[in-house]
Amino acid sequence: MERTLKELKPGEKAIIAKIDGDKGAVKRRLMDMGVTHGAEVLVRKVAPLGDPIEINIRGYELTIRKSEAELIILQ
Amino acid sequence: MSLKFALVGNPNCGKTTLFNEITGSTQYVGNWPGVTIEKREGKARKIQEDIKIIDLPGIYSLSPYSMEEIIARDYIVNEKPDVVINIVDATNIERNLYLTTQLLELGVNVVVALNMMDAVEAKGNKINTSLLEASLKVPVIPITASKGRGVKELLERALHVAQAAASAGNSPASYELHNENIVKYIKEIEENIVPQLKSKHGNSRWTALKLLEGDENVQKTLEVPSVLLAEIKVYQEKLEKKYDMDIETVIADSRYRFTTDVAGKAVKKKEQSSQLTVSDKIDKVVTNRILAIPLFLAMMFGIFSVTFGTIGSFTIDFVDGLVNDTFANFISSSLESAGAASWLHDLIVNGIIGGLGSMLVFVPQIMILFFFLSILEDTGYMARAAFVMDRLLRKLGLSGKSFIPMLIGFGCSVPAVMSTRTLENEKDRRLTIMLIPFMSCGARLPIYALYAGAFFAANQTMVVFSLYVLGIAVAILSGFILKKTILKGDVAPFVMELPPYRIPTIKGLTIHMWDKGKGFVKKAGTIIFAAAVVIWFLQYANFSFQAVAEPGDSMLGAIGKVIAPVFSPLGFGDWRSAVALLTGFIAKEAVVSTMGILHGIAEATEGSTDLITALQASFTPLTAYAFMAFSLLYLPCMAAFATIKREMNSWKWTLITAGFSTGVAWIVAFIIFQVGKLMGFS
Repeated sequence: MERTLKELKPGEKAIIAKIDGDKGAVKRRLMDMGVTHGAEVLVRKVAPLGDPIEINIRGYELTIRKSEAELIILQ
Repeated sequence: MSLKFALVGNPNCGKTTLFNEITGSTQYVGNWPGVTIEKREGKARKIQEDIKIIDLPGIYSLSPYSMEEIIARDYIVNEKPDVVINIVDATNIERNLYLTTQLLELGVNVVVALNMMDAVEAKGNKINTSLLEASLKVPVIPITASKGRGVKELLERALHVAQAAASAGNSPASYELHNENIVKYIKEIEENIVPQLKSKHGNSRWTALKLLEGDENVQKTLEVPSVLLAEIKVYQEKLEKKYDMDIETVIADSRYRFTTDVAGKAVKKKEQSSQLTVSDKIDKVVTNRILAIPLFLAMMFGIFSVTFGTIGSFTIDFVDGLVNDTFANFISSSLESAGAASWLHDLIVNGIIGGLGSMLVFVPQIMILFFFLSILEDTGYMARAAFVMDRLLRKLGLSGKSFIPMLIGFGCSVPAVMSTRTLENEKDRRLTIMLIPFMSCGARLPIYALYAGAFFAANQTMVVFSLYVLGIAVAILSGFILKKTILKGDVAPFVMELPPYRIPTIKGLTIHMWDKGKGFVKKAGTIIFAAAVVIWFLQYANFSFQAVAEPGDSMLGAIGKVIAPVFSPLGFGDWRSAVALLTGFIAKEAVVSTMGILHGIAEATEGSTDLITALQASFTPLTAYAFMAFSLLYLPCMAAFATIKREMNSWKWTLITAGFSTGVAWIVAFIIFQVGKLMGFS
């Protein structure tokens, strides 16, 4: 079973392998924001209500929901 | 020769600051044709009078994702600006350059403005600009827009590029940033397929790349026949097989490889310290698991107490005294001594000054509110609020992104409705637009101020705050119901940048505040002026156009008496209330001025004791509260209505929105009045 970004805990780092799924708006937006193969990602924190999460990628902070994090497959 | 420079950049890259810096007071705000996305234009006076600066929407990419990206791309492709000034946030080059790569692909004249160099220097980092220039093959000028540093040089370079291009022609699209396999196919498509197309859209190399990428917008614009699409498919499949990714990913990946490489070479970072940055420290508190939500509520409460508390009422009293006493008395006695006819005296003093004066007193308050809202926006707090609130909003079927338009809705529904364009899902957008009018906008303040002052003098802030909360609660409930019924759909994604905290510039805040105040005065001077005159006439004469002694016998009185019974179950069946609410469609503030005119009081303001006495005779605290609740929730004003129509691009949905809010208003006011009565309130 592949590991996804959803499984990372705050403070943990990993390298992105790919975004799951075929074409689509979410995937394209994630790529536009720099979530692509080989990028290093660090999970910063989880929002007070348990979702979404804040990640650091390519030197900036991005927030995505756990449902999107689940699509991001790690190396 | 008139030149056009377009400003393009990511959101939060300081684009607006640069635009203000270049154009100074020459800016002009309009809309893009067909859509209500703000289009700002200005002149670069500092360098040359006839350079037009066009501010394009802040975007992350030129892929057709939301309306803003499509607008920006179509503008560049169709309008062909002489130079595209690409603002790059120097503190985050790697991601910002992604948009740059797409601009380079377009084959337009690009000049890169490397902004926020002061922040880079403050961190002790260094950026090798000449290396950047060599990699991108376009001029790169380091600037600090907030301090005006490098702006003149930027414009000079851009001017130089424009002049050079005019004599030599546009540079061909750059595709060298992609790897050789992709370049090979771009070339083949450019040579074999593009010439077979009937129409043209941008430069042929860019078209080839877009076809290879499978861009649906370009396919549609060019009406690519299916035979050719099949041929392109062969190329796409070859690349997909080679890299084991879908074609969009292959191209995006290739662009990011380039930016990572360039950023890696050009940026020299100081040894990263393990210390937390200021931004991190603020964030630790603001998005803290326990503190986040109470802090947000406290902040909102704080803003409201300042706006509607001591400072707010001071400004109101001040303007009130100026307009409604000093000015009105002066005009009144001048008219009398000049021997003006009594109807003219009545029109000017009661109709015009009374009508307009009641709105003008709220200008400072609205400016204060917008001052705070722009602080929240400019510091980067708004994005955190969306982050904190997303979970809650998702329960209602909305995303945290809907939160920002809703917050803006506390200022004015018009910009709030316009700001929903950042939502990419159409159903989400519709739902958000339908809920925005429930957010209590600044124009409803005069109503609360008047009624809360008259009936709840002791705890005015609490009563006004409760109305804001009521609006939010109604929005939550409505969202829940709408999402389960007419706006069923999947949950939209939530992918949003959390910009670093920044100290807002006084200049930016002032411009924003001034714009809002000006817009409000303009509205008062046009729409509300006309409305005040019409209402004055309707209450001055009867249907045979004869002056009446009692407003109740006038045309307005007759209309009011017909619809008044609708409001009887809500506790305010008086015809004056019915008329006031009708005029509230013109602008919500008009409710107050109409009340004033109908009670024959020139100074129809919240401070005026005459009107308060008159209202105390026809309302009780309970009916006053029901009336305020109704005013909050019913039919959005004309300006908001028109914006909703443009943004939804559908009469059906606009009418549904209007009908829905009015229905909800009636039900809520009904419950307040009837339940209140049962509980023994009066």
